[in-house]
Amino acid sequence: MAAEKPERGYVTIDDEECKGCGLCVESCVPKLLRLGDALNRSGYHAATYAGRGCTGCGLCFLVCPEPGAIRVYKRLQAA
Amino acid sequence: MARQLIKGNEAILKSAVLAGCRAFYGYPITPASEITEAAAKYLPRVGGVFLQAESETAAINMIYGAASAGVRVMTASSGPGISLMQEGLSYLAGAELPCVVADIMRGGPGLGNIAPEQSDYFQVVKGGGHGSYRTIVLAPDSAQEMADLTALAFELADKYRNPVFVLADGTIGQMMEPVEFMARPVAPPRFPWAVEGNAATRNNLVSSIYLEPDALEAHVNKLEEKYRRCEREEVRCEQYRTEDAELVLVGYGIVARLLKSVVEELRSEGWPIGLLRPITLYPFPTAAVRRLAGQASLFAVVELSTGQMVDDVRLAVEGRCPVEFHGRTGGNIPSTDEIIRFLKNVWGRRRAAPRVDELEVLHA
Amino acid sequence: MPEPNVSAPPEGLTLIHSKAAAFYDHYERKSELQNQTHYCPGCGHGVAHKLLARAIDELGVQDRTVLVSPVGCSVFAYYYFDVGNVQAAHGRAPAVATGIKRARPEAIVISYQGDGDLAAIGTAEILHAANRGEAITVIFINNAIYGMTGGQLAPTTPVGCWSTTSPYGRNIWNEGYPLHVVETLASLEAPVYLERVALGNSKQVMQAAKAIRRGVENQVKGLGFSLIEVLSPCPTIWKETPVEAQRRVREELAQLYPLGVVRDKTKDAPRRPAPSFPPPLTALPELLDIEESETLAPPVPASHDHADWRIKVAGFGGQGVLMLGEVLAEAGLAAGLEVSWLPSYGPEMRSGTSNCHVRLSARPVDSPLVTQPNVLVALNEPSLRKFLPEVAPGGYVLYNGPEPPADCRRPDVRLLAREFVALADRLGDARVGNIVTLGALLEAAGVVEEQFVDRALARLVKQARLLDLDRKALAAGREAVHQEAPHDIP
Repeated sequence: MAAEKPERGYVTIDDEECKGCGLCVESCVPKLLRLGDALNRSGYHAATYAGRGCTGCGLCFLVCPEPGAIRVYKRLQAA
Repeated sequence: MARQLIKGNEAILKSAVLAGCRAFYGYPITPASEITEAAAKYLPRVGGVFLQAESETAAINMIYGAASAGVRVMTASSGPGISLMQEGLSYLAGAELPCVVADIMRGGPGLGNIAPEQSDYFQVVKGGGHGSYRTIVLAPDSAQEMADLTALAFELADKYRNPVFVLADGTIGQMMEPVEFMARPVAPPRFPWAVEGNAATRNNLVSSIYLEPDALEAHVNKLEEKYRRCEREEVRCEQYRTEDAELVLVGYGIVARLLKSVVEELRSEGWPIGLLRPITLYPFPTAAVRRLAGQASLFAVVELSTGQMVDDVRLAVEGRCPVEFHGRTGGNIPSTDEIIRFLKNVWGRRRAAPRVDELEVLHA
Repeated sequence: MPEPNVSAPPEGLTLIHSKAAAFYDHYERKSELQNQTHYCPGCGHGVAHKLLARAIDELGVQDRTVLVSPVGCSVFAYYYFDVGNVQAAHGRAPAVATGIKRARPEAIVISYQGDGDLAAIGTAEILHAANRGEAITVIFINNAIYGMTGGQLAPTTPVGCWSTTSPYGRNIWNEGYPLHVVETLASLEAPVYLERVALGNSKQVMQAAKAIRRGVENQVKGLGFSLIEVLSPCPTIWKETPVEAQRRVREELAQLYPLGVVRDKTKDAPRRPAPSFPPPLTALPELLDIEESETLAPPVPASHDHADWRIKVAGFGGQGVLMLGEVLAEAGLAAGLEVSWLPSYGPEMRSGTSNCHVRLSARPVDSPLVTQPNVLVALNEPSLRKFLPEVAPGGYVLYNGPEPPADCRRPDVRLLAREFVALADRLGDARVGNIVTLGALLEAAGVVEEQFVDRALARLVKQARLLDLDRKALAAGREAVHQEAPHDIP
């Protein structure tokens, strides 16, 4: 079996800062975000990332109303 | 420096600049406009800011901004404009911002007229805005004091981080008298709490909001402590021939000058009469009034209103002796003859009645 | 700060989007939940905050920025922005920002306001700040409702829309039409940049990011007034999910309020002149027209030892009544006397009657009001009629007229009636009638020596031609006293 393609991007979501508004879910083109089943400490279904497939486009960060809830990582082209 | 003949209003502005004022935001209104006009003329010359705002509401908020940025700043207005500024004054006091406001009082209520009155006492001395706060209020009675007390106002504003009023009537503002200005101009100071838009002050916040009840109460108590200190340290008044006075006149501003003539005239007729002139209306010279109430048999208060400061006199006298009042409004200034007639009337009545009855009447 | 709530990314990836440096790491000014904002889920304020913080980061102006927070949901913007912060009264943020920017022109001053704050209670402040071209940046959040106070009508609420204060829907006959802010401001000359953007989807948010950055950048470049209107969702009050609210911004608000740039003068806007360098403190008295040193005053003549002149000057506006009084006061001061000058003031200055009270006294002036003058200068009949009864017995009355009216006489005062203004007219200028009268007063009553009057005139009259005329007028007045006149009461 061939080696998996390296991930292009990655998203982390701060479970305690997220208020579960779902705007990131709506913005994600490859549909890799969803609201979690469990409630966080504030009583919200915080968003979660499926763990694979992120393109690092950053749209989810852009539409998220919380300053630091989402972080987006990307594989940058080697110089 | 030479004594020069100058209008009280103009003296305010020149003294302000000498005291380090470098910003003026105002809106024209008679009889205070000369202050604004002088600001327009002189502030640009000294590298300061002058701006005629779209309203007194805007002006006082520009002052809030300038004070936040750590500039010595002032405005000037009269009754109707001061009414509009009350919102901003509450915010300035709440956010502990220093500024100086000159109120050259005119006739009210409503549009009233432009002639002199002293009917802004309540809205200025008692604070016309919302919340538990005070403004320090200085009451000049001459062009010289317009200059001197304006300089003092800036000092007190910074010392207490609070708005300070120079409260005069239209007469004091409009008249010319010789004035000698301070010899050494004050360099504009800088304040560690200001928000200047630089790294050193990046963490500073100017605000009057305290969401938690306990936090707001602590803030209000802190302000109150400041006002108590001000009441201990800043009271100023002039006493004229009160040493043996049994009849004590109380008046401020232009009225005090009339009352001085009255004291002279009645002293020459042998009356045991003297004058107490509050120079600070807040803090009010309560202790001085109380002391005199121990020796006097009658207080007589004269104001260009239907009786505003008289309340503070009555509170300070605490019923020790009767307090009579004579007021004129509409821009009318009582003549000394008129005041003497009033005094002869009330003095005669008081002497005829036993003190105990008077006290009963007072507390009825 | 460690992030216990997130999983670690795979190796080899670079962090490209995270919390802006212009935000505090931890919201210490907030009393609880210091790791998140106080905004509701899906609120547009959070997004707008992020766009603004990112602009501040990208432009490298965090240290220079002063953010003015309004009243409304964003009242606590200072919880989040790690910049200089000033919180303003409702609607007044543009005025407050004006005060800050004028005081500290190097600061980047940003006024952040909602629709109630900016478009209702603060209409005058925003309009005039824009019209002055204040070099500030305004971020205007338009969510067409009052959020913080629980959903009342905003000036931008669409027609027919429910709010707690338009429970039957916004009715044009009651509340009028929605206010279009950027279009209104675009009618003004001064604004440099006006754009309306929206937060209705990620594409719109990207455009909003550009616009907000532009708004701040304009200020960094020293350009004038920029305002970015941001159509923003309020899911809580709209009673919609964040996703529904976002759709409504996109499909309804953006229809009512067209998106786009409505003003861009960034290329040709004139630069504000740099503030001038303040003069040294020692230059202040001169700049304020304050005389530095006493000109050597001659010793006060002994004749003034008991001086107590209570002078009232009255006449029509334009007769030089106030000037006459001022010359007397200046002359008295030059002679070493205590003086005061009090005008009647106000509309009557410009027409009708005018008067002033002047006191010249060897002792400090108690009251500047002259109620019983010992000198009355009446330049017209109404003034004589009005003030003659007040004159102290033995006082001087100078009346501009051939003779006083028959019913306007007093045997106990020294009255001198002459046609002073006509005399002045013969000198070539009726306007110096006041000085002719002054000359007569000096001749008749003394009051103050000629040299001091001359010095006062020289101070007050700047034009040589007029000064010359005034001197002639003084002499003519003195002469006039000695002409025979049947109605003089010596």
